[in-house]
Amino acid sequence: MNNTPSLSYKAAFLLIIKRDLTIAFRHRDDILNPLLFFVIVVTLFPLGIGAESTTLSRIAPGIIWVAALLSTLLSLDRLFKSDHNDGSLEQMLLSPHPVFILVLGKIIAHWLLTGLPLILVAPLLAVLLHLNENSYGALMLTLLLGTPVLSLLGAIGVALTVGIKKGGVLLSLLILPLYIPVLIFATSAIDTAAMNLPYSGQLAIIAALLFGSLTLAPFAVSAALKVSTN
Amino acid sequence: MWKWLHPYANPEVTYHFTGKLMPWLSAFAAIFLSIGLVWALIFAPADYQQGESFRIFYIHVPAAMFSMSIYFAMAIAAFCSLVWQLKLSDAAASAMAPVGATFTAIALITGAAWGKPMWGTWWIWDARLTSELILLFLYFGVMALHNAFEDKNVAGKAAAILTLVGSINLPIIKYSVEWWNTLHQGATVSKLGKPSMTADMFWPFLICFLGFAFLISVVICIRFRTEILSRNSMRPWVKELLLPPVTPVTTTVSEDK
Repeated sequence: MNNTPSLSYKAAFLLIIKRDLTIAFRHRDDILNPLLFFVIVVTLFPLGIGAESTTLSRIAPGIIWVAALLSTLLSLDRLFKSDHNDGSLEQMLLSPHPVFILVLGKIIAHWLLTGLPLILVAPLLAVLLHLNENSYGALMLTLLLGTPVLSLLGAIGVALTVGIKKGGVLLSLLILPLYIPVLIFATSAIDTAAMNLPYSGQLAIIAALLFGSLTLAPFAVSAALKVSTN
Repeated sequence: MWKWLHPYANPEVTYHFTGKLMPWLSAFAAIFLSIGLVWALIFAPADYQQGESFRIFYIHVPAAMFSMSIYFAMAIAAFCSLVWQLKLSDAAASAMAPVGATFTAIALITGAAWGKPMWGTWWIWDARLTSELILLFLYFGVMALHNAFEDKNVAGKAAAILTLVGSINLPIIKYSVEWWNTLHQGATVSKLGKPSMTADMFWPFLICFLGFAFLISVVICIRFRTEILSRNSMRPWVKELLLPPVTPVTTTVSEDK
C-alpha cells in the first residue's frame, strides 16, 4: 500500500467542487430558497420603514448587505451537514489529500451556489430600493469581494457546530460578530461611492479580508472538523 | 530551563498550588479594593468639569481594560491547549470566559451610566462602545460553544478554535469600527481622552486597578479549581478530597481496588 493519492491535488479540488455542484443542482430548492429569503427580507424593509425614496436610498446598502449576511447564514447549514450525516465527511478527512484542499473546494462550491446568485440578484433589488446611481459599481464589487469572505468565515462556524443537533441558532451567535468588519467596509464603500468619492480604500480592505480568510480559514475549518467529528 | 513548570501540568499539583495562592489573592483583593474604592468614591477630588459623576471612572476603566486582557489571556490559554494539548490550559480558558463576559458587561453598564449625565444619552455608536459590545458577543459565542457539547474535551477544543479566530478578528473589528465611526460621524463624540490626571486622582485609580486585578484572579482561580475538579472527578485524589471519609473501612476498600 502506498500512501500517495491517486488523484492530483488539483483534480481532487475540482472533483469536490463538481460533486457539490451536482448535488446542489439535483436539489434546486437549496439554491433557490436562500435567494428567495434574500429577496423577501429586502422587500420587508420598504414595507416596514415606508416607501419614501430618499430614506430608502439612504439605507439601501445596509439593507442589501444585512440581507446578504442573513441569507448566507441560512444557506451555510448545507455546507457540511448532509456530508456529516451520511458519513462522507469522515471519508474526506480520512483521505490522503490535505483537508485544506477539500475544504476549500467545498467552500468555493458553496460560494458559487449562494454568493454568486446573490450578486446577480442584487442590482435588481438595488433598483427597488432606489440605490444611488453612482453606487451600483461599488455594490457589485463589494458583493463580489465580500460574499466569499462570508462563506469562508461561515464555514468555520459550521465546522464547529456540525456535530451538534440544534446548531442553527448557535451558528448565528458564533458567526455574526465575525461578519461585522465586512458589513462595515462594504456599506461604507457604497456610501462613499454615492458621494462620488473614491472608494478603493474600503475595497482594498475587503480584498485583504478575502485573501486573509482564504489562506487562514480552511486551516481553522479543518481543525474544527477534526474536533467535531472525532 | 522549564523544569519548574512541569509539575504544574499535573492537575492535582496545580489544584493545591492555586489553593495556597487563593488566600493571598483574596486578602490583597480585599485590601486594595476597600482602600481604593473608599479613596476613589469618597476622598478623591471631583473632576472640575464632570463633577462627582467622574467617580464611576474608577470602576469603568479597570473593567474595560480587563475585559480586553481577559480575552487575550483566554486566547493564549486556547492556543496552548490546541498546540500542546494541555488539558489544564483548556480548563483555564473555560474558567476565564464568563469572568471576561461579566467584566465586559460591567464596563458597558457603567459606561452607559456615565454616558447619561455626560453625553446626555445611555448609548451611542461610538467606536469604543461598539467594539466593546462586539467583544461581549464574542464572549457569549465562546460560552455558548462550551455549553453546546456534552464532552468537555471536545467543547474545549471547539471553543479554543473559536477563541483564536475571534482573537484574529478582534483587532480587525476594533479598527473597522473606529474607521467606520470616523468616516460617518467624526464630529459628534470625542473619545474619552484621558485627562492628564493629578496624583490624587491617579493613586486611587492605580489601587482600584490592582484591586480589580486581584479580584479577577481570585474569581478565575475559584472557577479554575472547580473546572479541575469536575474534569478529574473520576480520579482517586479528587474522590479522596471531596468525599468525606465516612468510615476508615470504606476508604481502605476503595484503595484496594
